Amino acid sequence: MKKISKTQPELFEFSPENLKKAEIEINKYPKEKKASAVLALLYLVQEQNNNWIPLAGIKYVAKLLNVPYIKVYEVVTFYSMFNLSPVGKYFVQVCTTTPCMIRGAKKLTDVCKKYISKNQNELSENKICSWIEVECLGACVNAPMMQINQDYFEDLDESKTTEIIEKLLKDEFPTPGSATGRKNNSPEKGKTTLIEVKNA
Amino acid sequence: MLKDEDRIFKNLYNDLGWEIDSAIKRGDWFQTKDIISKGKDFIIKEIKNSELRGRGGAGFPTGLKLSFAPKEVGSRPHYLVINADESEPGTCKDRDILRFEPQKLIEGCLITSYAISAHTCYIYIRGEYFREGQRLQKAIDEAYEKNFLGKNACGSGWDLDIYLHYGAGAYICGEETALLESLEGNKGLPRLKPPFPALVGLYGCPTIVNNVETVAVIPTILKKGAKWFSSLGKPKNTGTKIFCISGNVNNPCNVEEEMGIPLKDLIEKHAGGVVGGWNNLQAVIPGGSSMPLLPKKLCDTITMDFDSLVKAKSGLGTAGVIVINKDQDIIKCMARIARFYKHESCGQCTPCREGCGWMWRILERMANGDATYKEIDLLQDVTKQIEGHTICAFGEGSAWPVQGLIRHFRKEIEKRCHEEPLVKKKANIPYLIDQHLLEKDSA
Repeated sequence: MKKISKTQPELFEFSPENLKKAEIEINKYPKEKKASAVLALLYLVQEQNNNWIPLAGIKYVAKLLNVPYIKVYEVVTFYSMFNLSPVGKYFVQVCTTTPCMIRGAKKLTDVCKKYISKNQNELSENKICSWIEVECLGACVNAPMMQINQDYFEDLDESKTTEIIEKLLKDEFPTPGSATGRKNNSPEKGKTTLIEVKNA
Repeated sequence: MLKDEDRIFKNLYNDLGWEIDSAIKRGDWFQTKDIISKGKDFIIKEIKNSELRGRGGAGFPTGLKLSFAPKEVGSRPHYLVINADESEPGTCKDRDILRFEPQKLIEGCLITSYAISAHTCYIYIRGEYFREGQRLQKAIDEAYEKNFLGKNACGSGWDLDIYLHYGAGAYICGEETALLESLEGNKGLPRLKPPFPALVGLYGCPTIVNNVETVAVIPTILKKGAKWFSSLGKPKNTGTKIFCISGNVNNPCNVEEEMGIPLKDLIEKHAGGVVGGWNNLQAVIPGGSSMPLLPKKLCDTITMDFDSLVKAKSGLGTAGVIVINKDQDIIKCMARIARFYKHESCGQCTPCREGCGWMWRILERMANGDATYKEIDLLQDVTKQIEGHTICAFGEGSAWPVQGLIRHFRKEIEKRCHEEPLVKKKANIPYLIDQHLLEKDSA
């Protein structure tokens, strides 16, 4: 969500664990190129702050990496995975790009509209869930699909999606993966290749 | 059909386990030390002989690319960067390699790094692939434990460290220079070329950027020999490739096949055929959304390799095959692709930033039947003004699918269009939105 939230926390600081994680990230890059870790640190901010980034967090990262505030700000606004306003505890992202669209992604968004909220980026009635349409998530063979927080839910249809969303609204996390129970990316009605492979 | 023993990715469906122990049983990390001891020139020559072409979309010969890296390491270190920012609609092959065959990728990283004299390798993985990234990190840790990475990696005398870097949801970061910008902690805006990354890349140092699949097949090529690899497929289009078949097919799946397999075989044998039968096929996008679509007439005979698809005015791209049958509205499908490009344009070059939005709006109007005949030529003109006038290939990627639609489905579009009304309604269009339509002749 790219709109900057009107209510902002005054201060932001990494928890000691996250500070350790941040150090590991910074050490991945050459000493004078600390700025490379900006994406990784922003992820940590987002994780610590209920899935959104406050302005204080941007300032904090800029200070930590010793780069101008505006440089971190432009990175945050450029990449689509950073939320600048609060989103639900369960953040549902429905893929609607062509491969998913022709397999019925619209049914998924209809379910989201019905059960979560009428519009995208709005919290559900019990303030726990929000949804958004996104571009290709890179699981086209398992279309239609959606991502909830970090997990992929694949091979969905209307009833399976309803089940998943109802569970979320009850504050339970459903099991990720294929809804039809097929194995990863193999053809659903029996493999055509790699039939007798073994670990030699 | 390709024999199972000739397939490189034996664990594509995770039947055998991704852990390092099962990977070693499948032949990963076997003789890696011997291969490296044969020297850099041998490795690059062997890859050149195998005629491996990059699997990321452009199809550039990999051996040639590796040979662009300076022979001697000067004052600046060399880097290897793996492009795992797979975001092309229709493509999900790298995801399976990252999840189920990570050791092939890691072994490939070691060999390639040695060949280009790099001691550091970054894997740039898209942010949405969080679970896949965790899996890959585990695989990297396992490799470190076995001393396959780190100091004196795999007993070869070469030091290599591999780091994972997450992107954050920008399609453009799959373009190699934008990827480097993003890796440096900036916005992902592509750089002007030349200088090419092989000389001035990450942090201004010589850098080779390669796709996941390209690097993951290199160890197998070196173990089985360039001759084996080049005996598969067609001349100049050798080897095997993972095809992702999605859309209106009965069994959408990923499958590794020989290059040059007929498209019809691919769909009928592996993906269970088109929904509603072959005659219900409307069009196929053969290589991810950036490639122009092929109507059914061409799909009957076309073979899936770089050169024959280019001849048919399309391209193999990433080999993400999107099948569209006659139940779908083809104009809507392409309008959705245009919306994807409008959303993902980085905004650096004006023709692309503005043009992508224009194309999307015109296509939406056509899909809804609100367009006039004149707008078809206008749309064609817009695509021509984007193509070739941008820093990176995103311009072509966004313009080609629309050109393909006009080339093959002009009649379909014309059916939806109408003549311009004689009495024009005064349109209330806000400033800067669709302004070109108000003054059509100058657009």
